[in-house]
Amino acid sequence: MSTQSTRFAARLMVAPSVFVLFIWMIVPLAMTLYFSFRFYRLLSPERAGWTGLTNYTWFFKAPDFWLAMGNTLLLVGGVLVITVVLGTLIALLIDQPVYGQGPLRILVIAPFFVMPPVAASIWENLFMHPQNGLFAAVARGLGGQPILFLESYPMASVIGIVSWEWLPFATLILLTALQSLSSEQLEAAEMDGASGLNRFRYIILPHMTRAITVVVLIQTIFLLGIFGEIFTTTQGGPGSASNTLPYMIFKQAIVAKDIGRAAAGGIIAVILANIVAYFLMRGIGKNLDA
Amino acid sequence: MGKIVLKSVRKSFGEVDVIPGIDLTIEDGEFVVFVGPSGCGKSTLLRLIAGLEDVTAGTMAIDGRDVTAAAPSERGLAMVFQSYALYPHMTVRKNIAFPLKMAGLSQADQDAKVTAAAKVLNLTNYLERRPGQLSGGQRQRVAIGRAIVREPSAFLFDEPLSNLDAALRVTMRQEITELHQSLKTTMIYVTHDQVEAMTMADKIVVLNAGHIEQVGSPLELYNTPANTFVAGFIGSPKMNLIEGPLAAEQGAHAIGVRPEHMGIVSEGGWEGKVLLSEHLGSDTFLKVQTVNAGTLTVRAGGEVRLSHGDTVRLAPLPGKTHRFGSNGLAL
Ligand SMILES: Nc1ncnc2c1ncn2[C@@H]1O[C@H](COP(=O)(O)OP(=O)(O)OP(=O)(O)O)[C@@H](O)[C@H]1O
Ligand SMILES: [Mg+2]
Repeated sequence: MSTQSTRFAARLMVAPSVFVLFIWMIVPLAMTLYFSFRFYRLLSPERAGWTGLTNYTWFFKAPDFWLAMGNTLLLVGGVLVITVVLGTLIALLIDQPVYGQGPLRILVIAPFFVMPPVAASIWENLFMHPQNGLFAAVARGLGGQPILFLESYPMASVIGIVSWEWLPFATLILLTALQSLSSEQLEAAEMDGASGLNRFRYIILPHMTRAITVVVLIQTIFLLGIFGEIFTTTQGGPGSASNTLPYMIFKQAIVAKDIGRAAAGGIIAVILANIVAYFLMRGIGKNLDA
Repeated sequence: MGKIVLKSVRKSFGEVDVIPGIDLTIEDGEFVVFVGPSGCGKSTLLRLIAGLEDVTAGTMAIDGRDVTAAAPSERGLAMVFQSYALYPHMTVRKNIAFPLKMAGLSQADQDAKVTAAAKVLNLTNYLERRPGQLSGGQRQRVAIGRAIVREPSAFLFDEPLSNLDAALRVTMRQEITELHQSLKTTMIYVTHDQVEAMTMADKIVVLNAGHIEQVGSPLELYNTPANTFVAGFIGSPKMNLIEGPLAAEQGAHAIGVRPEHMGIVSEGGWEGKVLLSEHLGSDTFLKVQTVNAGTLTVRAGGEVRLSHGDTVRLAPLPGKTHRFGSNGLAL
């Protein structure tokens, strides 16, 4: 794909898909943009019209808006750090030749197949529940007080649950990267006198940067929109301690039935996603070049 | 210093005895070549010496120090892999400096040694490139550079030239030989290329199915092969082995005559028809179907003009016949 004519042919052939995808994206975006400047409440359909920026200013003036923005980024960042670090460690572990490697790998990947609300319910009721949860039982068994996870540490709990769901994805991608590392390179490093830690730092980690980049980019896209786990567990609470931007939009759209404000929130979310994407691509995008 | 002594070294992978037991002494400064057919355990033996595989039984000593259980990095050896195993994300400079960095040398010392090695290997202009931006021969040199900066007590090469084209192989072969002459460090070199083995080695170790068939200088192996395996393996084209009554006449189970020691005579000898004649200019290789001696290969001079179907008479040159007993050993 390097000569002039092949490049032109390639562009020509992807053009229809690009066109369809563009329409697919631009129509909802344009409609959201349109509604974000409209007064449009389902509960008072008789009042309609342009309202300028009031939908936006409502968001910026809302007492928990900046907290929600912070929580959104905290959720993304926290889950990324946990999944990449733990995913690397687990990948290193299950790459070792151990007995029952096949079933072990399936077990590691299993959480990814659990739907978010189900995963959140399991965590809330079977693990974190102050009376019936496993953690509470362990805490009592050790003679301590059960921790009120969702009340005392709502964001950390949500981050924990989401990390549990995304860890398999990270592990899987990182494991394949690990397996594509030639064993001769590691042996050469061993002969060169590199300790296990140095082999990881100078050989394995650089080899994995591209996979880590892919994990970070893909997860960021999905994590920015995390909603189900919060809806199932904390409902953005206590108070608005675990409120995030998607959850705020949900409250405006479904609870308050204010489509205009929800649309404005959506546009803010799009802008936030683009800012994040910009910094991500500037920071780590070069890792994707061959 | 680099004297390596293997005593009854055995290696098995699970059930399979890949190396049933090897005794071998490699003297300091020697250039030793391991040859043998594919799968005979050359790489395994080299990796045992390197410490990349654990021996199942037996002991190994380097310069009198027992290293049987030592980690690869503690043995003071350097290895050049068939795939070069360069670190793709590091520049050539960093690749070569890596063992020095791991040894904790100062940046200035590292730079000095890398510069010196690059000069020897003609890599000075490529130091800032990545391995992916180098040709096969240059990569090979980087791998050698990474090995020599550590000043190891011995170098281990596992078929280092097999990824290169024929012309480059010749050049690199000479470069490695020159390197050995200037460094005078022990080198162990695995190959299945006859020419490499014959031209480079001080001592050739012929392996077959995990055991040593013969150890000796290239000419010893050529002139006095210890058994039919070595006789067939060393020399190209292969030695003709003739069994049956013709061998019995000479009191042997089999007699061997190298193609280059087979003469074309006008009378007497073994009569046969030419099956195939390959004219290489300098030489002519003939494949002759004889009446009594089976199919023989002959290396005749370039001036010989015989072609398919012609009748020839062949006789071994005097004193150039090898005799083997029924156990395959030379008599
Ligand atoms: N890790 C392993 N597990 C099981 N068997 C192995 C392993 N490594 C090598 N073998 C076996 O040991 C034998 C010797 O292998 P080795 O790689 O030493 O051969 P080689 O002489 O280097 O051959 P080649 O010239 O093709 O490189 C082979 O039969 C191979 O199948
Ligand atoms: Mg091999």
